[in-house]
Amino acid sequence: MATPAVIEAQGGTAAAVRPGGGALGRVRRAAATPPGRLRTASAVLALLALLFGVSAVWQSATRSAAAGQVVTRSGPLNQDAAEIYRSLADADATAAAGFLLAGDETPEVRKRYQDDLATASRLLSQAAARSGSSASAQQWLTELNGQLPRYAGLVETARAISRQGLPLGGAYLRYASDLMQNTMLPNAQKLVDAESAQLDADYRTAGAVPWLALLSGLLALAALARYQRVLFRRTNRVFNPGLVAASVAMLLAFGWLGVGTLAVNGYLHDSRYRGVDRLDDLDRVRIAALQAHTAETLNLVSRGATDKYTQRWDELTKKLADSPRIPGSESRLSMAADEGTKKPLADADRWYGQWLDLHKNAATQDAAGDYDAAVQLTLKPGNADTADSAYRAADEQWARAAQVEQASFRGAAGGLDDLLVVQAAAAGVLAAVAATAAVRGIGRRLAEYR
Amino acid sequence: MRKANSRALLAAVVLAAGAVGGGVLGTGSSAGVGGVRVEAAPQLAPMADGCDLAASLPPRQDVGAKIRKIRERGVLVVGVDQSAYHWGFRNPQTGRIEGFDIDLAHAIAKSVLGDPSKVLLKTISTAHRIDAVKNGEVDVITRAMTITCDRKKDVAFSTPYFRTSQRVVAPKSAHVKSVDEALKGKRVCAALNSSSDAELKANPRGAAQVRLVDNQLDCLVLMQLGEIDSTLSDSSLAAAQVAQDPQVELAGEPFQPAYMGVAMNQADTDLIAWVNQVLVDWRSGGGWRASYDTWLKDSMGASPDPYLP
Repeated sequence: MATPAVIEAQGGTAAAVRPGGGALGRVRRAAATPPGRLRTASAVLALLALLFGVSAVWQSATRSAAAGQVVTRSGPLNQDAAEIYRSLADADATAAAGFLLAGDETPEVRKRYQDDLATASRLLSQAAARSGSSASAQQWLTELNGQLPRYAGLVETARAISRQGLPLGGAYLRYASDLMQNTMLPNAQKLVDAESAQLDADYRTAGAVPWLALLSGLLALAALARYQRVLFRRTNRVFNPGLVAASVAMLLAFGWLGVGTLAVNGYLHDSRYRGVDRLDDLDRVRIAALQAHTAETLNLVSRGATDKYTQRWDELTKKLADSPRIPGSESRLSMAADEGTKKPLADADRWYGQWLDLHKNAATQDAAGDYDAAVQLTLKPGNADTADSAYRAADEQWARAAQVEQASFRGAAGGLDDLLVVQAAAAGVLAAVAATAAVRGIGRRLAEYR
Repeated sequence: MRKANSRALLAAVVLAAGAVGGGVLGTGSSAGVGGVRVEAAPQLAPMADGCDLAASLPPRQDVGAKIRKIRERGVLVVGVDQSAYHWGFRNPQTGRIEGFDIDLAHAIAKSVLGDPSKVLLKTISTAHRIDAVKNGEVDVITRAMTITCDRKKDVAFSTPYFRTSQRVVAPKSAHVKSVDEALKGKRVCAALNSSSDAELKANPRGAAQVRLVDNQLDCLVLMQLGEIDSTLSDSSLAAAQVAQDPQVELAGEPFQPAYMGVAMNQADTDLIAWVNQVLVDWRSGGGWRASYDTWLKDSMGASPDPYLP
């Protein structure tokens, strides 16, 4: 803001102190003359306006690209990663259920397993094909892509051997389940982490306040104001029309940038609340519930060989039963419910409670020595009143709520990139207009010296 | 009883004969395990480490504290395997656990509770067997469990019900001629805390790497997937592996002859004596032979003679 004052004062002092020679000296002497001072001022004002324009265009374009990524890439990839995790974990639980049901395995159970694998494999290749995934995400995708066929092969081997009546099939299934639980799911979790870090980064970029543009805009405006005041005093002329036009253009551009930034960040915040925070909560609950369901099934498969799975069940359901303030608790979902998600979340909550009750009944039977009754209560096919079907019903409703959230996420985050493109274009054009008008306005004063 | 060819076996015969014939022993429920053995069979020559593998309490069916407890509960809790083909395995078609050891569990339940179906079969890992008995998680274990001196320090065993030994399983394509050849420089697999695990610790025979797993059957998976070269296991379980995969074989000679017994808590003296009587009846009543014919004849040979203790 001190610049204009310096421009005016500089000519006199610099020339007086060092009248010396050389090209630099000539420039200094030329700048010290009144036309020279005008030329310097013109150049400085134009440069400031252009600096604002360039930085506003550059920053808005960067933000626009990031806002576009949120909707078209990192947002969907983040959800896809969570879905990959779910399909893999569900495939493992379903394979175990098929084994438990033995000869009673229904086509539905078989189909669910195949659908899970198909979903996981489709999403994996989709995610790998989307350009620009982060390097770490690509690494986990590559690993999972290699492990999935291996897992599927082991499960099919287990099935084929079990059909011959040999316990070796069960040993193969244990091996496959270990691969899933100890290697693949941790990899899928790392993929989820990498994708959500990418989404966070995109949100940060999209929501970044364009400080450089705002600052240079302020500077340009201040310089314009200051110089006009100086001219006004010296010339007794009311206004220089070029400089007035430049000021108006700069004000417009600056206002647009400021208001636009506020508006876009508001939308981003909204989309983040729905598309990230609330979906995150839903994902957490769904994954914890799924893991508990897997533990419940694997516990029956192990048939008392280990209490690892009952412990895991206890841990997970304890987490789900946390207070609504803790992310990942089931009650938190209903707290955040709105018009669209109220109904599915209320239904899910009811099924969830039923699932816990049915599980408790089955566990009581198991502890009393009636293993067969426990299996029946947990997953008898064709019976709607099992822990398995209650869990499925709850998850279906959670999935429905997730769809609602995703739709409103797209609503809030969609089109923001276009808004930012328009903002960039407007800032650029207006800055160019301001620079031109300032040069022209001062040019007219300059003409008076010829 | 059949002709015995080992000292320990002789001891068992003497013990059983003495107990049944003379009735010179104190009541099963009050006398300690060791005390009874010494008293009943002074002519037993202890093995090198001072323990007699075949010794147990004399067969007797008196209702003591443990039997009373089981009867109150109405169900016998038995620790079993679900992966030992023909011994204790989950039939993948029906989901039920079946096998030679399971028949024995039903025979014990029938004797104690009057109903062979009053059993709660709890699958336990090989490594957890000792703890399961000591903690009282199970009443008895019928799970192809080898009687060893080390284990006898922690749990009590019934009299032997099956003769076994250590065997190596290797792919036929390896053309292994001896046990040493099968183990030297090879990646060897065994079940954690099994007698094979103990054997490999005592004498690794140059094994390049020992992989310990929860269940011996996991070794067969690893062998099929090429992650290990050979498996050391009890002969009974080794035969069960070979029965499931025609491309592997019992390689080399059997070694380390041993017995299988029913494991129980040392404090449950009434139950130990009771189970010993069940074993006597099971054999004399033809149950043992019938189970052998049902489960083991095909994979272990028409004659059960080599396996009768």
